[in-house]
This record gives sequence, structure tokens and C-alpha cells, in this order.
Amino acid sequence: MKLISIIVIPLFVFFVILYGNSKKINIYDSFLIGVKDGLKICYNIFPAILAMIFAVNLFLNSDVLSFILAPVIKLIDIPAQILPMAILRPISGTASMSIMTNIFAIYGPDSFAGRLASILQGCTDTTIYVIALYYSSIKVSKIRYTLAVGLLADLAGIIMAFVLANIFF
Amino acid sequence: MVLYFFAFIYFTMVSIIWTFLIVIAIIYSFISGKVDIINNTILTSGNDALKLILSLLPTIALWSGIMKIAEDSGLLSKFASMLRPFLNKLFPSVPKDNKALGYISSNIAANMLGLGSAATPFGLKAMEELQKINDKKDTASTPMITFLVLNTAGVTIIPTTIIAIRMAYNSASPTQIIVPAIIATGTSFIFAIFIDYLIRRKHK
Repeated sequence: MKLISIIVIPLFVFFVILYGNSKKINIYDSFLIGVKDGLKICYNIFPAILAMIFAVNLFLNSDVLSFILAPVIKLIDIPAQILPMAILRPISGTASMSIMTNIFAIYGPDSFAGRLASILQGCTDTTIYVIALYYSSIKVSKIRYTLAVGLLADLAGIIMAFVLANIFF
Repeated sequence: MVLYFFAFIYFTMVSIIWTFLIVIAIIYSFISGKVDIINNTILTSGNDALKLILSLLPTIALWSGIMKIAEDSGLLSKFASMLRPFLNKLFPSVPKDNKALGYISSNIAANMLGLGSAATPFGLKAMEELQKINDKKDTASTPMITFLVLNTAGVTIIPTTIIAIRMAYNSASPTQIIVPAIIATGTSFIFAIFIDYLIRRKHK
């Protein structure tokens, strides 16, 4: 497992560059264009990151969470931030990412909480946003069971994240 | 793009959550007497956001460069065509030569490779094509639901942003979460297919 985690990125880069060369395209040029696109992505996501870091930091630093969750925290031995993170994950990827960075800052990325938060962030996409965007684009308003199945699948992913964090680390 | 029904609801929902987080935090700080912490947080949040985006920027930029090579060399479409046979099984009501299946496979392939911004246009085109063969234009068709449920499971092979943030916080092994993250998102993906299949069979 450790080996896979270390070699997957080098292997991927190696393969992409080799494949690109075999197709006789100017891969250096493609790379530069891609980097420029990446800079634009950062520029475009910054407002949302600032907005969510601001709100999430206020909420977490006020310590209101331990007040709301006091009875629950005694039962399960996980940091209080994990719960709102799991709830916000399908709604706003930026909000859950902000909570993840807060967990990293307090407990460290290699702590149990840090690893759990990492898997949680990676286990699904922003379900509600995707559904809203795609149905809005074609003006469909009756979505039948889409949201229910989407959220159920998220729940399966979230439960799996907890299980795996316990098995792997 | 004009905000239609669900986009409007979504953005309303996010602004309500945003408001809730801020208002609750400030009210609670007045009650508990920790106003100085809140005061501090308001002043330093901009800094934290800048630190986060600066830690993401090099990785996002570099990875976008690598992925642009994959896109331009046709690796992405090759990967998409490998997914195609599975799609015929998942979308039995869509004709095999329909354009929608091509867009769906490109969308899933781009998502798997972590190309979120390249995936969305394919996804929107897929929805457009599916809408053409939809009988009731205001109601989601079965293939639309299958597609969105697959899409929202968010299978990503290499979660680059998470790795970048782990690096920024001095993780000893930033990539160690790759395997469990793939298993977790894979579970969510398979579960989505399974539930969707059960519902479709029941509706028949």
C-alpha cells in the first residue's frame, strides 16, 4: 500500500509525458498552456476560499461547536470538527476544505484526525452543487430520486472513510 | 448563465449556511466572553485564505500543465473510449450510437483524472443530449439520474488539492491517503450504481 501511494504520481507523469511524445504533439507548449489555465483556476476559486475560510474559522474558533456537540463528543472519540465537515462536504467543497485545513493546523495532517479529514474530503464530490448546476442547465425541475441516491452514495463514502481511517492508520 | 431554479436554490442555501456560521460564532462569542478571539479571527482570516491559495497554486498549476498534455495528446479521449463498453450496460435506454454516451465517458474520464474544469463542459453537453431524447422536458429521465449519480460519487485517482494542502502543513507523507481515498470514493461509486440499478429495475 505504501509503495502504491508513493509511485502512483511518478508513474502517471512518466506515462503521460511518454504518451504525449509518441503522439508527436508539442508537449512543452501544452504544458505551458495548462499551467496558465491552472493559474486562472486559482484566481477564480480564491473568492470562494476566502469567504469560506472566513466563516469556518469564525465558527470553529468561537468554540460554539463543543457547546452544541458536548453530549455527542463524549460518546465518540473524534474531533468535533469532523462532524460539520462531513455534513458540509456534499454542499460546499470549499467549506469542507476549510475545515480540513483547520484540522491540519490543530492536530497535524499525519494525526488520525488529519488523515480522516483527508479521506473524507476525497471520498465524494460536491453532490448538491453538481445536481443543481446540471439540472439548471437544461431547465429540469422534477429531479425524482436523484438527490436521495446521490446523498446515500455520499453517506456510503463517508462511512467507508471512517472505517478505512481506522484500518489503515 | 441565467440562474435557473436549482442553481438559485443552491446559492441561497450556501448563503444561508455562510450567514449561519458567522452569526452563530459572533453571538456565542458575546455570550462566552471570547470576543477577542473572534476579533482576531476576522483580522487574520484573509491571511489564512491567502496562505491556503498560495499552497495550492504551485500544485494546481503544475498538475494542470501535466493534464493539458494528457488532453492534447488524446490520452483523455483514449481513456474515455475504454470506459465506453461499460456505459452501454449502465444506460440501456440510450441508443448505442448516441452522442450523449461519448460526452458521459469523457466527463467521467476527466473527473477520474482530476480535471474538474475540463469535466464540466462535457457533463453539460451530455445533459443537453439526454434532454433531446427525454419525453417529459421538465422531469429528469432515468439516464440523467444514472449519469448524475455516477458523477456526484466523484471518483478521482489522484486527489491533488488534498495532497497539496497536506504538504503545506508539513505532512511526512502527503500521498499516503491516496489508496484509502480511492477505496472510499470507489465504494460510494459502486453503491450509487447498485442503488440506481435497483430503483430502475423496480420502475420497469
